[in-house]
Amino acid sequence: MTARWRAAALVLPLLIYTVVTFLVPLTTMLVRSFYDPVVAEVLPGVLAALDDWNGSGDPPEPAWEAAATDLRAAAEAGTVGRVASRVGRVDPDLRTVLPGTAFALAEGGLRPARGQTWHDVMVSVDSAWASPDTWRGIKEGGRRFTSRHYLNAVDLTRGPDGSVAARPEDRRIYLPLFWRTLQVSLAVTLLCLVLGYPVAHLIAHASPRKRGILLALVLVPFWTSLLARTTSWIVLLQNQGVINDLLVATGLVADDGRLALVYNMAGTLIAMAHVLLPFMVLSLYSVMNSISPQYMRAAASLGARPWHAFRKVYWPQSLPGVGAGCLMVFILAIGYYITPALVGGSSGQLISNMVAYHMQQSLNWGLAAALGVLMLGGVMLLYVLYDRLTGGRVGIR
Amino acid sequence: MSAVGRGTRVQAGFCTLVFVFLIAPILVIVPLSFNAEPYFTFTEGMLRLDPEAWSLRWYREVAGSEDWKRGLANSALVGICATAIATVLGTLAAIGLSNPAMPARRFVTGLLISPMVTPVIITAAGMYFFYTAAGLSRTHLGLILAHAVLGMPFVIITVTAALTGYDRNLTRAASGLGAGPVHGFLRVQLPLIAPGVMSGALFAFATSFDEVVVVLFMGGPAQKTVPREMWSGIREQISPAILAVATFLILLAGLLLLTVAWLRRRSVQASRGWRGGESRG
Repeated sequence: MTARWRAAALVLPLLIYTVVTFLVPLTTMLVRSFYDPVVAEVLPGVLAALDDWNGSGDPPEPAWEAAATDLRAAAEAGTVGRVASRVGRVDPDLRTVLPGTAFALAEGGLRPARGQTWHDVMVSVDSAWASPDTWRGIKEGGRRFTSRHYLNAVDLTRGPDGSVAARPEDRRIYLPLFWRTLQVSLAVTLLCLVLGYPVAHLIAHASPRKRGILLALVLVPFWTSLLARTTSWIVLLQNQGVINDLLVATGLVADDGRLALVYNMAGTLIAMAHVLLPFMVLSLYSVMNSISPQYMRAAASLGARPWHAFRKVYWPQSLPGVGAGCLMVFILAIGYYITPALVGGSSGQLISNMVAYHMQQSLNWGLAAALGVLMLGGVMLLYVLYDRLTGGRVGIR
Repeated sequence: MSAVGRGTRVQAGFCTLVFVFLIAPILVIVPLSFNAEPYFTFTEGMLRLDPEAWSLRWYREVAGSEDWKRGLANSALVGICATAIATVLGTLAAIGLSNPAMPARRFVTGLLISPMVTPVIITAAGMYFFYTAAGLSRTHLGLILAHAVLGMPFVIITVTAALTGYDRNLTRAASGLGAGPVHGFLRVQLPLIAPGVMSGALFAFATSFDEVVVVLFMGGPAQKTVPREMWSGIREQISPAILAVATFLILLAGLLLLTVAWLRRRSVQASRGWRGGESRG
């Protein structure tokens, strides 16, 4: 057995484990963003009959009978609800039209009387069938492969003629949310850099004894349960909380003018900076630790003023740490879910919370997946950058 | 000189404030958990250090609650099993990955670390569908498998770090002296990288013990863990009992931190010991 194979054999169990328990689940979920066979499987006849239909005027005659057959079968198999919820996202009217028609057909056992066609039967059950919109909705909703969720995720809509247009400004949901997520992540990253840089510098150039204590002060929040920390921020920041009480007691704020610090964007920013600051400090520290103080002494002895020496000598050497720390914090901030969900209120929600909303409440899994793909794509791009920057040594802890 | 002195003093002052920002929110919750009243702020009695205003009321409530007891049992079970899987598989993989002969080393490392950087909401959503289809959602086994993969990157990182200080000649020496690969690993390599393995295991355990999003998506009522109970506590009926649990979690964090610091010191000593041995030899 060569060394090559021996090494691979050691890695293989974990690789298989990761693929099965993580990568495959992730991929199958992300595939939902463009692939959904449910409607096509439940209404195969209608969709086949609508294949050549161009979307205007009455659909061809076989489509009517196929629709009746498929819908009756769907009602009997109990699958009509799943189809209605999917097609209903294309055309909300269909959410009620499809189940209504399906159950009427199944229960009434309706058939065309003498001299009638399926066309007449369908229209008599629900007049919506006389409108080409209904059929267009089925045709569009029945596509196995669709770009609908991606268009939706960036606030674009496709008109009946297939043209793509931006949603009116007041009806955009996701672009503003992406923008807000980026802004918050950037703000938190900068905040962490400003707060973390002097601290990391202090730790890196402290005496070994002091260094241990100061590092522990950074590591305590790092190891403390995220939920425990979030709880304490709520307790501190809420209206009747410790900080507001303190401000009122010292007379800085009137009792009726208590600050709204939590359940809004301020709460999200403060709590996120608290959670992510240790990552920044540790990234910076690991680089600053190896910057010899002799460079600064040399600069000073050559007559450089402290600020000038810092800017020309120390800062450039600490840049790899700045880059790694900022990327790490930014990556983690983009995907933040728990903190905004608990302390963000309605104004402090980020894109992750929207993914959760579509997963758990609206059950629009395709859209959740599309938002997830966009988010994950951004994160992976930054991760590759981080990997390059740190030379593949991931090890900030 | 005075400019430098002023600079350092400004830095020291600024850093003190940052440390207060980091630590104070964690510390403040501890005394508040002894509040005799159902308030989340210091009552006047507490400030006067009136013994009547302080009580173990919320600790008694937590200790007597079936929900919290079940949560702790679930957290411990899932955490320990997930840690075991992550540690065994992660340690083996880290040994393979730190071998320069490993094919596609960088790519595979990146792949194995990816659960750490993937936004947890995406992980949880993906797992929800897949584990449900496999009949594993709403089971302890499903949660264990999911938490293991989330904790595994930390094991890889710490064990890889421990292995950079490991002299591969020792493995060769062991096999030269007739030890089989398994025997050589267990008696020579493992004891030397043990502190790294243990740190990784603690990280993996802490990850599982604090994980809530996957539990939210995949766990049923029978799989509620401590973080899951805290989550509903914060969202629905925030009661000071949560502060008592948070205090417990803070103590646990302190314990984990001390253990990891102790392990790190041991691993430094271990590698120094070997280098010392080399120079003597």
